[in-house]
Amino acid sequence: MPNKFEAGTFDCIVIGAGHAGVEAALASARMGASTLVLTLNIDMVAFMPCNPSIGGPAKGIVVREIDALGGAMGKVIDKTHIQMRMLNTGKGPAVRALRAQLDKVLYQQEMKRILEEEENLILRQASVDELIIEDDEVKGVITQVGAVYRAKTVIITTGTFLRGEIVIGDIRYSSGPNNQMPSIKLADNLRELGFDMVRFKTGTPPRVNSRTIDYSKTEIQPGDEEPRAFSFETTEYILDQLPCWLTYTSPLTHEIINENLHLSPMYSGEKIGPGPRYCPSIEDKIVRFNDKSRHQIFLEPEGRNTEEVYVQGLSTSLPEHIQKRLIESVPGLEKAEMMRAGYAIEYDSIVPTQLKPTLETKKIRNLYTAGQLNGTSGYEEAAGQGIMAGINAAARALGKEELILGRSDGYIGVLIDDLVTKGTNEPYRLLTSRAEYRLLLRHDNADLRLTEIGYKLGLVSDERYAKYTLKQNQINEEVARLRKVTVKPAEHVHKIMQETTSSELKEPMKAANLLKRPEISYDQISRIVPPEEKLSNEVAEQVEIFIKYEGYIEKSMQQVERMNKMEDKKIPENIDYDAISGIASEAKNMLNKVRPLSIAQASRMPGVNPADISILLVYIEQGRIAKISS
Amino acid sequence: MHFDTIAAISTPMGEGAIAIVRLSGDEAIQIANRVFQSPGGKKLIDEQSHTIHYGHLVNPVSGETVEEVMVSLMKAPKTFTREDVVEINCHGGIVAVNRVLELILTEGARLAEPGEFTKRAFLNGRIDLSQSEAVMDLIRAKTDRAMNVALGQMEGKLSKLIGKLRNALIETLAQVEVTIDYPEYDDVEEMTIPLMIDKCTWVKEEIDKLLQTSSQGKILREGLSTVIIGRPNVGKSSLLNSLVQENKAIVTDIAGTTRDIIEEYVNVRGVPLRLVDTAGIRETEDIVERIGVERSRQVLKEADLILLVLNSAEELSIEDERLFEAVSGMDTIVVINKTDLPQKIDMKKVESLAAEGTIVTTSLLQDEGIDELEEAIAKLFFEGNLESEDLTYVSNARHIALLHKARKTIEYAIEAAELGVPVDMIQIDVTRTWEILGEIVGDTVQEGLINELFSRFCLGK
Repeated sequence: MPNKFEAGTFDCIVIGAGHAGVEAALASARMGASTLVLTLNIDMVAFMPCNPSIGGPAKGIVVREIDALGGAMGKVIDKTHIQMRMLNTGKGPAVRALRAQLDKVLYQQEMKRILEEEENLILRQASVDELIIEDDEVKGVITQVGAVYRAKTVIITTGTFLRGEIVIGDIRYSSGPNNQMPSIKLADNLRELGFDMVRFKTGTPPRVNSRTIDYSKTEIQPGDEEPRAFSFETTEYILDQLPCWLTYTSPLTHEIINENLHLSPMYSGEKIGPGPRYCPSIEDKIVRFNDKSRHQIFLEPEGRNTEEVYVQGLSTSLPEHIQKRLIESVPGLEKAEMMRAGYAIEYDSIVPTQLKPTLETKKIRNLYTAGQLNGTSGYEEAAGQGIMAGINAAARALGKEELILGRSDGYIGVLIDDLVTKGTNEPYRLLTSRAEYRLLLRHDNADLRLTEIGYKLGLVSDERYAKYTLKQNQINEEVARLRKVTVKPAEHVHKIMQETTSSELKEPMKAANLLKRPEISYDQISRIVPPEEKLSNEVAEQVEIFIKYEGYIEKSMQQVERMNKMEDKKIPENIDYDAISGIASEAKNMLNKVRPLSIAQASRMPGVNPADISILLVYIEQGRIAKISS
Repeated sequence: MHFDTIAAISTPMGEGAIAIVRLSGDEAIQIANRVFQSPGGKKLIDEQSHTIHYGHLVNPVSGETVEEVMVSLMKAPKTFTREDVVEINCHGGIVAVNRVLELILTEGARLAEPGEFTKRAFLNGRIDLSQSEAVMDLIRAKTDRAMNVALGQMEGKLSKLIGKLRNALIETLAQVEVTIDYPEYDDVEEMTIPLMIDKCTWVKEEIDKLLQTSSQGKILREGLSTVIIGRPNVGKSSLLNSLVQENKAIVTDIAGTTRDIIEEYVNVRGVPLRLVDTAGIRETEDIVERIGVERSRQVLKEADLILLVLNSAEELSIEDERLFEAVSGMDTIVVINKTDLPQKIDMKKVESLAAEGTIVTTSLLQDEGIDELEEAIAKLFFEGNLESEDLTYVSNARHIALLHKARKTIEYAIEAAELGVPVDMIQIDVTRTWEILGEIVGDTVQEGLINELFSRFCLGK
């Protein structure tokens, strides 16, 4: 044990500077808490060890929510992407989502610069070995060299580094992602403190050199021509984009995998933690879906200043020489030169039902955890938890109010509620189908949902807040106007409507009602009954969605109300589940572990059946009468 | 968990060979033990669970023998309520059984509220909510057939059917979801709008079928409310008496209401007829005059079945025709009575007035035609399905209401799909339908969808 020395006192210490760590640190510092970020290697701030891609359904919306709360991820994407696309444009507004391919190096550099320039924030390279705990309260951390940093709050965001082990074929060695140093002592320390930890697994595919790819055998996947941005504040767009490419596995690929399955740690009998179902290795895909004759392979450039290409769809932990053969079996990659091999990585993660909805641990006061450590996967899920942990840790340190987002406030709310309520038995990924109210949680209205909250926390500037209020007023006024103004049958109306399949207007009609017709757009309405001043695209989009889908939005709101009624049914804190004989024992175990705050939360827990909930309800309703005596 | 001990008479009120007083709760055995004397002097507290014992109930204060009984002993947890249960079999008859109950109550048991045994079974985790609904229906079943419906529900016939519908919906949803969450994967066949319309329409039709049985199911549970109308002296009272005499009349006091409301039930070939406003029919002969009165109209409106009685020996009168008008569009059986007298009625005219209604001729005086009438009633009710007891009837009011709700929601989804509304909107109503159907069988939400997603599709990078 090295000699200890006092190294400083802070409001908040963030351990780790990945996607969770940076958002946590920035939120904390910007709320006015003195913040220290300790990370193993400051050249790896906001590093993307898997594919250089952020966004997509649900995840992309999280990025917008982070942005509305004043976070950094969206802005950095807008500055450093090589390609951006809007997905699900053929479907309705509830499920549209942006996705960007990033320049891996530029992204990191930009994020590191933002941390360096932040007031109130110190970025330092150090390995944290131990937490200082007194009376179940965290007081600071001790590093490998004996430095003692004291703090009111600590946030752990160590990703896949805790007792990380890389597995390729039958080779297994202690390592963080991409051969970085793992974090062993901190992992031991958490176990000693009595936290329930589980081993999870994830993986990454090999990378190849672009110069050795025969792109003529692949299909081009260009970015959108229309300029796109994640941040509501972005005004400058990158127009020079790089394409991605699509190819497929061949019968030979499948043959190689089937022949060598015994060499894959997942199938060789090697003991290995569960991996994410939605991000399966190529071995898994071929075994589980052996009726499929081919699988898609996307080739994604890792940046503008490199020839390295990420082979999406070929995630594997087969031995390196087999990986080489696999690559060569894919059309277009016959002569591809493998630059890095794929691998699986196994790591410790904390069972997230040990957390409060603020991401503070139940066991140790003022200690927060966020990101992949909490059993999630994905940069966006990590960042979303990061900003919430940062906000709540800073709020605690500064004596301010905590922030919990509900399932109807944002995907971040869905994510955290799922984690702390249901736990997870595989790395958790957000999906739009996890959200009950996704029509309310749209990509386009993240600012309308969350800017107010961000502003109150001090994370959103006055200027931005003013812009947001203006936007909101414009939307309300235009909706009101369209509800009032009547469209009468006339030659110019007829002409504009002929652009669509819409039937001729025979009777006068409110403009709002006309806009409800699926085939009529706001653009047409605004030409039929023009507003005084032309509205921005963002405002026009909100007006159109709001009027067109009003009925559905109302239905979703009713759904929220129904759930809120259940949320309002609070479960007494001192309830003795063991004394309620009617509840099944599996449910009792879960309820004792999670200690849900409301009936609604209890009803979302796995292992707690509707029958248990109805019994619980009856007990709480007549708790005074039936006298639960233990 | 601790509840006090409750007791109640568990057999129907009225004369019967035996009656049962049931006790449930921690002290059930002690209470019974205090008042029980066996010839051999054995103590109930020393006896094994699930045994039956002969003896007498004796008032411990006065020493007076109250009843000769058989006592069944069932110890927790293998009982209906999962508590200690004692069932005292005594002689039937209101006086005898009431004395037993009184004795038990003075010894410390509390009179059970209606349904309280079932409630305890539910609270103690013995049965789930839908099963307890079925038990309640079972208890209230008025005929064998009604009991079969309730039993079928307990066995889960309805659950299976609803499960099938929910499966179809979730498969549809999973396919929609997968293309939303993985837009650039071509591995999954896109759920096209026409395909979605097809699936939803199928579900709607199945719900319709279930709802069609619901009127029958509800009738089985609550009785077919039946009104006998006709001019004075056509034989309404005789018809009523014949129906009651031919069949066992069931006299029930409805739980939870005042004791003086008594309804008469007649079991006609498994169909429970609830003779509505029979008092009115008995007292007032001149229903024709009363037709104009709002209350009578209301009675007619709520009736499931009208028995319109005509006099064969008289010509059709204006009043008769007005009666036909009043019941047009309702399930009506025309009973042409007094065929023992020379026929004066114009049958052709009756046939045309009755439109599609069934016509039965009777001579109630000579006991003729009753069989035919009963057959007509059963036939009308079961619509030719007399023998098929396999039909799943929906009989529970809560279930019917939910089915109507589900039907409305799925219809909305179909209409929206036809109008070209985006799939993520349509999904809202499809999911809602799935949830509503889930409420019938008491199932969870959302999580099932995600598991379905991953078991069926190959996804991910």
